[in-house]
Amino acid sequence: MMGLFDRFRGKTNVESQDVTSTPPRADETAADTGHVDSAASAAAPKGLLARLRQGLRRTSQLLNTDIRDLFKQDGRLVDDDFVDELFAILVRTDMGTGPSAQIRDQIRSEFRGRVVRMDDVLHSVKSQLKQLMAQDEAPLNLATSGPTIIMVVGVNGSGKTTSIAKLAHFLKAQGKGVVVAAADTFRAAAVEQLTVWAERIGVPIVTGSAGSDPASVAHRAVAQTLESGADICIIDTAGRLQTQANLMNQLAKIRRVITKQVPEAPHEVLLVLDATAGQNGISQAKGFSEAAGCTGIILAKLDGTAKGGVVIPIRQQFHLPVKYVGLGEKAEDLALFEGGRFVDALLDDEAPEGHF
Amino acid sequence: MWFGSRLPIYKQSSYRLRCWLRSVRQRSQGILNRPRMLGPDGKSLRFVSLVVAMFESLQDGLKAAFKSLRGKGKLTESNMRDGLRLVETSLLEADVSYSVVKDFMGEVTEKAMGEKVLLALDPSQQLVGIVHQQLIELLGPVDASLHLKKDTTVLMLCGLQGSGKTTTCGKLSRLLLDSNVRPMLVAADLQRPAAIEQLHVLGQQLNVPVYSEKGAQDPVRVCQDAVRKAKDEGIRVVILDTAGRLAIDQELMQQLQRIDLRVQPDQVYLVVDGMTGQDAVNSAKAFNEALELDGVIMTKLDGDARGGALLSVKKVTGVPIKYIGTGEHLDSLEPFRPEGMAGRILGHGDVVALVDEVQRVQTAEEQAALEAKMRAGEFTLDDFRDQLLKMAKPGLMQKMMGLMPGMGDMQKLLQDEDAEGSMRQTVGIIDSMTPAERRHPKIIDPSRRMRIARGAGVEPQLVNQLIKQYEMMAPLMQSMAGKGMGDRMRAVQELQRSGMLDPGSRGPRVKKSTGKRLTAKERAKMKKQREKELRRKKRSEKGKN
Repeated sequence: MMGLFDRFRGKTNVESQDVTSTPPRADETAADTGHVDSAASAAAPKGLLARLRQGLRRTSQLLNTDIRDLFKQDGRLVDDDFVDELFAILVRTDMGTGPSAQIRDQIRSEFRGRVVRMDDVLHSVKSQLKQLMAQDEAPLNLATSGPTIIMVVGVNGSGKTTSIAKLAHFLKAQGKGVVVAAADTFRAAAVEQLTVWAERIGVPIVTGSAGSDPASVAHRAVAQTLESGADICIIDTAGRLQTQANLMNQLAKIRRVITKQVPEAPHEVLLVLDATAGQNGISQAKGFSEAAGCTGIILAKLDGTAKGGVVIPIRQQFHLPVKYVGLGEKAEDLALFEGGRFVDALLDDEAPEGHF
Repeated sequence: MWFGSRLPIYKQSSYRLRCWLRSVRQRSQGILNRPRMLGPDGKSLRFVSLVVAMFESLQDGLKAAFKSLRGKGKLTESNMRDGLRLVETSLLEADVSYSVVKDFMGEVTEKAMGEKVLLALDPSQQLVGIVHQQLIELLGPVDASLHLKKDTTVLMLCGLQGSGKTTTCGKLSRLLLDSNVRPMLVAADLQRPAAIEQLHVLGQQLNVPVYSEKGAQDPVRVCQDAVRKAKDEGIRVVILDTAGRLAIDQELMQQLQRIDLRVQPDQVYLVVDGMTGQDAVNSAKAFNEALELDGVIMTKLDGDARGGALLSVKKVTGVPIKYIGTGEHLDSLEPFRPEGMAGRILGHGDVVALVDEVQRVQTAEEQAALEAKMRAGEFTLDDFRDQLLKMAKPGLMQKMMGLMPGMGDMQKLLQDEDAEGSMRQTVGIIDSMTPAERRHPKIIDPSRRMRIARGAGVEPQLVNQLIKQYEMMAPLMQSMAGKGMGDRMRAVQELQRSGMLDPGSRGPRVKKSTGKRLTAKERAKMKKQREKELRRKKRSEKGKN
């Protein structure tokens, strides 16, 4: 009882900070005298300010400005409408109906019949997700001796080549010797694309002619890495849909070829996932994990409005950690993934673009 | 797949076909409940059993949802609510945007409530029908025309990075070339490295001119120059390949608007990745507001994405959906069909596209000849072999599976199964027979069987199995000839029920490569390494906790 009352006290404090020179509101008095009809007053706000707020709330109800809005009235009864709204917010992050429903149900049982403040629910949801997305800091599994071989895979147009360029730039900046291999011999001018990048960031590149066997390119790249004593070799592969069995087998072959030269390689197989991808991302993670044994994800194109929430069910189901995020088109637009900040950005609306 | 010559009927009324399939499934509950024919260890599928298996796997997605409604006689408000909720979840899982789903469900509910009186025998069909119809309505109307003018028509493609604009340029060119129009491609993507080269390579492959300016900085200029040149040279279609951009990138969106203003393209198409999630509404809205789109092209629909984003994009922009990309090759751009897409979004598969695919493989005359043979009871092992060979074209099975209702299951199955390999093996067995044996398998005695088995490199019992299956199928073929697809499927199901295609007779195991043979020493070494790895993993996991 006391706790609830305190919460309302807290609420009035916040409000008086928010709007300094306004006359006392009806529901404020209600809160002071007791909490019995607080739910009713929250549901049907009276007074000029409240109405103004209501109006403002509607206008700002654009996409992505939701969770704060939902709780803006600082205390709402947790009813079906409430959890449905929460569900909508969660679904919009692309995390999928499964995890969204799970969270919704938990919130429903945890807060049923209570009038809650946004911080409570937000905190609860976020801490859950953060726990899920928590991972150790070390981003890449580097070889203890000899070169580290990194394979990069993904569907068409997810941003593999650009991500490789960024990763190469990132690692080079750390003083590592990097070799890139253009094993996408299928798509027109993919080799040229990586060549341009390699020149820009100043790393050696191994290429094959269009239509040649990507495994042979990978082989030569690893050979060159061993020969030149470079630290890291990053292998680009052609984009493929996870349903194309033959192409997926080709990935397994590339893997085998690498393993022949360096037994413990590839040290990392990174799946490049488009942040705009929806539930198909799960199928991608599954397909590529099975064929190529993914060890991590690069979440590309996170600088747009897409939130990339699909990595949450991926993490749940396949324990695939996100290692890096792509935040733009330039070589330096790559950042280490941070679970906490990602979750904050996922559910916060104020976060400006490029919230990392 | 002997779907026969009367397929066009179903083409005209694909919806009725689906309803029918559904009822078949209901009637064949017995089949669905008995043990699966295809255990995970089963290496191959026999042909007819494959067809049956496909229909067995119809339980995916929505279909299961509607089971809960079945047999309730009448659709009441409350049981419809459950059904609608399941539809809602299904749509959300197909990546339809939340707001669009909400609106859509509102419409469907309204419609279903109005038709309450009509509900008679099967409420689930009624509800599926309404949902499906509503989806088609929302996705339509169809307009696959590029609206070419008498003189030069300018098409502009825009979209996010990696949505497939450049590839679509190539595919559109191929489409235009097919109708004897030679387009000119314009490399207006000055952002991404080697985008210009990519377009040039495509141009070379297709033998169409590509316009680009070396070292150009301003795509607006490039487009203007290109269109001027095209008009001078009397080129009929110009396709502008613009750079991928984020909808929130003010600068680049303004650049796109400048191109729109200066070049005045006749048609502006938004290219959308079929795998897009909830964000589809945001970007489609932004592009539509900036440019006034004339159409949408959705790409990468050859995978297992259900493409719900299309519904979102359509709802937000209201412009027609023109084409869908269904493969990596330049000829895989198809005119959009709302019926197929509606089924796909609902998780029903696309029966019409499947039928199309079958027809593409088999010409009408071939079909007619086969039909005649079947009717006369002369369907020999040779014909069987021809059919198999057609099916064994690489990738075809995969593609067909993708189009089949309940595709999820089958595709998964196919990943373990080497169905194409098993077909090749069957063909091998038939190839090892003499013409007489192929016509009259009855004459195959043990010594002939041994010879055939040796010739095909299989176990003798596989030869037996094939013959047995052929003997079961031959009368079936005769009875199926000349009937519609419906009767055929029923016949297959009869066959199933009678236990003739028993799960035990799984067909030959296909030998797969075992990879490199290792010596005992090597194996021990690898095992040691694996265990070491495992321990390491365990340790690190423990460390985390």
